Amino acid sequence: MQDTNDQYDRTAAWHWYRRGLARLFSVPALILMGAFTGFSGLARDAGFSVWQTEFMVLTIWALPSKVVLIGAILAKSTLVGAFIAVSLSAVRLMPMTVALVPEMRAKTTRKFVLYALSHFIAVTGWVMSMETFKDVPRACRTAYFAGIASALMASNMCVVFIMFKVAEDLPPVASAALIFVTPLYFLCSLWGSARERAGHYAMVLGLALAPVFHSLFPQGDILATGLAGGILAYLLARRHTAVTP
Amino acid sequence: MTFQSIDAVWWPYLFIFLAGSVATDMWRFLGVYFAGHVDERAEILVFVRTVATALVAAVIAKLLLYPDGALAASPVWLRIGAAATGLLSYVVSGRRIIVGVAVAEIILLTGIVAA
Repeated sequence: MQDTNDQYDRTAAWHWYRRGLARLFSVPALILMGAFTGFSGLARDAGFSVWQTEFMVLTIWALPSKVVLIGAILAKSTLVGAFIAVSLSAVRLMPMTVALVPEMRAKTTRKFVLYALSHFIAVTGWVMSMETFKDVPRACRTAYFAGIASALMASNMCVVFIMFKVAEDLPPVASAALIFVTPLYFLCSLWGSARERAGHYAMVLGLALAPVFHSLFPQGDILATGLAGGILAYLLARRHTAVTP
Repeated sequence: MTFQSIDAVWWPYLFIFLAGSVATDMWRFLGVYFAGHVDERAEILVFVRTVATALVAAVIAKLLLYPDGALAASPVWLRIGAAATGLLSYVVSGRRIIVGVAVAEIILLTGIVAA
């Protein structure tokens, strides 16, 4: 399968859509379900109904945005305050999308398909796609991504439903362990998805600078950390490659 | 206007849609728009990726340092130690996410139970 294969083929697209669906049976997908189990407990404890929580999964999808929204609502934030808090935590989706879309589109891909699929961009699907797009024919990458997206969203909507309707109250130790899955999973997958040395610099700088900027500007800490850490990492990596080509 | 201020069935959904969905999707749509104007091999994408990575790293650091729910009761040094050992195990094990997550969880749970 070559990168130059731009011809749209319905049979091939369905084949790759199913290959995307099959990524449900993978370690990252399983870990994401663990993270959603923790999220469901968090939403239930905060007083959200099962349908409000399912609505959040469907319309927001990115886990950090939902956690930040719940935090803002618990803090009795206004609509504008909650909007600002969620926006700041979701800025990262913009560069993630800018990085993903050029690898996903073929010459014939329609714009609205890209806009519609972008709703499903979040860390897990992004990392899965960035890792495997090179093995997917270019014309079938949107179908493949749609497969990953539908598998992840459908399975986690089931997880939320089960956690609300079936599961009894979890002991605090179990909830703590489930909430801990999300940062750990992000930590490992982010390290693995870094393409260049700059990515690893950016990750270490982002982790180190976050508490510093949190104490300086608690409202804009994520944005400030991202910009400062990203610029610094880029410059460090450029300097390194300039010295040792 | 807060989440609790209008007592109607539709209000929580509208609040979630505006403060959650619009606030999140606007960045994705903006990303698609900008992506239409850059080449896949452009140097700017390396820079964009470092900013994206640092932003996600900041979200991770906040989840570890200032967690919500039951995790907040555990000591901060335990969370940092468990996460650092987990990441190290992930790298050493040949990038197996399951190893990283499992090692970190075992340390966290041992720490909570022993405390």
